[in-house]
Amino acid sequence: MKFRLGLSLFLLAGMLAATSVFAEDLTGTLKKVKESGTITMGIRESSYPLSYLDDKQQPIGYHIEICNKIVDAVKKELKMADLKVQHQPVTSQNRIPLVTNGTVDIECGSTTNNEARQKQVSFAVTTFVTNVRMVVKKASGITSLSQLDGKPVATTSGTTSVQLMRAHEKGKTVNFKEVYGKDHSDSFLLLETDRAVAFVMDDNLLAGLITSSKNPQEYAIVGEVLNIEPIAIMMRKDDPAFKKVADDTIRGLIKSGAIEKLYSKWFLSPIPPKNVNMNFAMSETLKGLIKHPSDAPAEFYNKK
Amino acid sequence: MNYHWNWGIFFEQIKYGDETYLSWLISGLGWTVAVSLCSWIIALLLGFAIGTVRTTPRTWLVRLGNAYVELFRNIPLLVQMFLWFFVVPEFLPRNLSLWVKQEMPAKEFVTATVCLGLFTSARIAEQVRAGIQSLPRGQRMAGLAMGFTLPQTYRYVLLPMAFRIILPPLTSEFMNVFKNSSVAFAIGVLELTFQARQMQEDSEQGIETYLAVTVLYFLCAFIANRVMAFIEKRSRVPGFIAAAK
Repeated sequence: MKFRLGLSLFLLAGMLAATSVFAEDLTGTLKKVKESGTITMGIRESSYPLSYLDDKQQPIGYHIEICNKIVDAVKKELKMADLKVQHQPVTSQNRIPLVTNGTVDIECGSTTNNEARQKQVSFAVTTFVTNVRMVVKKASGITSLSQLDGKPVATTSGTTSVQLMRAHEKGKTVNFKEVYGKDHSDSFLLLETDRAVAFVMDDNLLAGLITSSKNPQEYAIVGEVLNIEPIAIMMRKDDPAFKKVADDTIRGLIKSGAIEKLYSKWFLSPIPPKNVNMNFAMSETLKGLIKHPSDAPAEFYNKK
Repeated sequence: MNYHWNWGIFFEQIKYGDETYLSWLISGLGWTVAVSLCSWIIALLLGFAIGTVRTTPRTWLVRLGNAYVELFRNIPLLVQMFLWFFVVPEFLPRNLSLWVKQEMPAKEFVTATVCLGLFTSARIAEQVRAGIQSLPRGQRMAGLAMGFTLPQTYRYVLLPMAFRIILPPLTSEFMNVFKNSSVAFAIGVLELTFQARQMQEDSEQGIETYLAVTVLYFLCAFIANRVMAFIEKRSRVPGFIAAAK
C-alpha cells in the first residue's frame, strides 16, 4: 500500500515538475514552510524601486514581484495553494540576523551578495546590479574622483564607500575629508547643504534620492565606478532545495523574457506612490548576467 | 540558528585596506573617551556655575538658570545633536556658515562635545541646586554672619558640602556621559558605535562586534564609576552624611 502510494506520488510529482520532492524528504526552509503553513518574506520599507511600501503600506517593487513568483513556485512545489505569506520589514542592520535565526525565510530587499555575507547566508542568482559612484551638484563641475582633493565627501555611516574610494587607483593619491550621514537621506542632506561636495553610494539609491529631492535637475551622478555590486534575494545557507526553487524561478523569468518586462516596469516607467520615473537603464553587468545567470559575489566582478 | 561564529575576526584585515578590525574599534574607543572627557569638563564647569546661580537671591539669575536647565533637559539628546550640526550653522552669515560646514577642523568632534557637554551640564546644574538646597538654612546664615561675602559663603561653606552630597548622582552622570557619547555617531564622529556599525557591515560578524563593543562601553562606565568612588572616599568628611564610617 505504502509502496503504491509512493509510486503514484512519484509519478504525479514527475508529471508536475521534475524537481518535486516527497513531503517526508523535505529539508530546511521548505520543511519549515510546509510544517508552519506560512512563508515569511523580508521586505524593505524604502528601497526604491526594489522593495518599498506603497501608500496603502503594502510592499511593492521589482524584487517583491520576483519573490512573489518564487512563493508561487513554493506553493506548487509543496502543493499548498493556501500557503500564508507574511511580510516582515527588515533594515540593513537586522536583515542577516533575521534570516539566519529563522524569522525571515526569504529576504526581498536590496542586499549585496559578497563573500563576507556568503559565510552567513546564501543568495539566489543575481537579479540587479548597482555601481558605486558619486552624486554631485552640477554647478560644482566635478566629474572625477581626482577633483576631490581636500574636499569634504559624504557617505553613510555603516557602509564601506570610504574604503572603496581609498582602494580605487584614482582615489589613492587624493586626500578626502570624509563626512558621515546617519542614513542615506542624511548624507544627501550633507550634499544639499554644502557640507559635502559629493556623496558616494550605490547609483540606483542616488538616482532615487535625486528623483525625490527638491531640485532634481541640480544634481548629477558622475565619476568612476568604484565597485560593482550584485544585488540578490537572500535566504538561509546550506539549503540547496529552497535555493533551487528560487534560482529555477528566476531562470524561468529570464528565459521567458519576463525579467526585462519587470525591469522596465520598475526602472524605466513611472512608479507609485509619486508616479516618478527613475529612468535607470540596465547596466552592462546586469545585461551580461541575464544572458548567463550567476550567484557569484561582488568580489568576482571587482578583481583588481 | 545557523550563525557562522568567528572570534578571530578582530585580528583579520578589513575588506579594502591594511588595518585590522581591532584597530577600528581601538580608534573608535579613543574618540569615545575624547568626546566623553571633554564634554565632562564642559559639563562640570557650566553645571556648577549654573546650579550655584540658581540658589542665589538674585531672581533674574535664578530665572535665567532655570530657563537654561529646562531648555537642555527637555529636548532629546539626538535631536540636540542634529540641531547643533544641521540647524545652527544655517543661521550664521553665509561665509562663516560655509567655513563651519566645510573648513572648521574636527567639526563633528567639536559639535558633539559641545552638545553633550551642554546637555550634561543642565543635569549637573539640577543636582548642584538640589545639593545646595539640601543644606540646612543655618549654614548660609552662619557664613554671612561670619562676615563672608555671598561668593565667599558659597566657596568656603556651601559648595564643599553640597559637592560631597551630590557625589553619588555625579557618579551616575559621569558614567552616562560615556554611554551618551554613542549618540555622536549620528553626526559622523568616528567613535565606538560608529566603528561597530562599520565593522558589522564590512565583516558581517555582527554578534561578535556588538559583544566586543558592549564590553568596551561597560569597561569605560565601570572605570568612571571606580574613579568617582575613589574621589568619594578621599573627600569624605568624618561625621558628615550617614555613609561615613
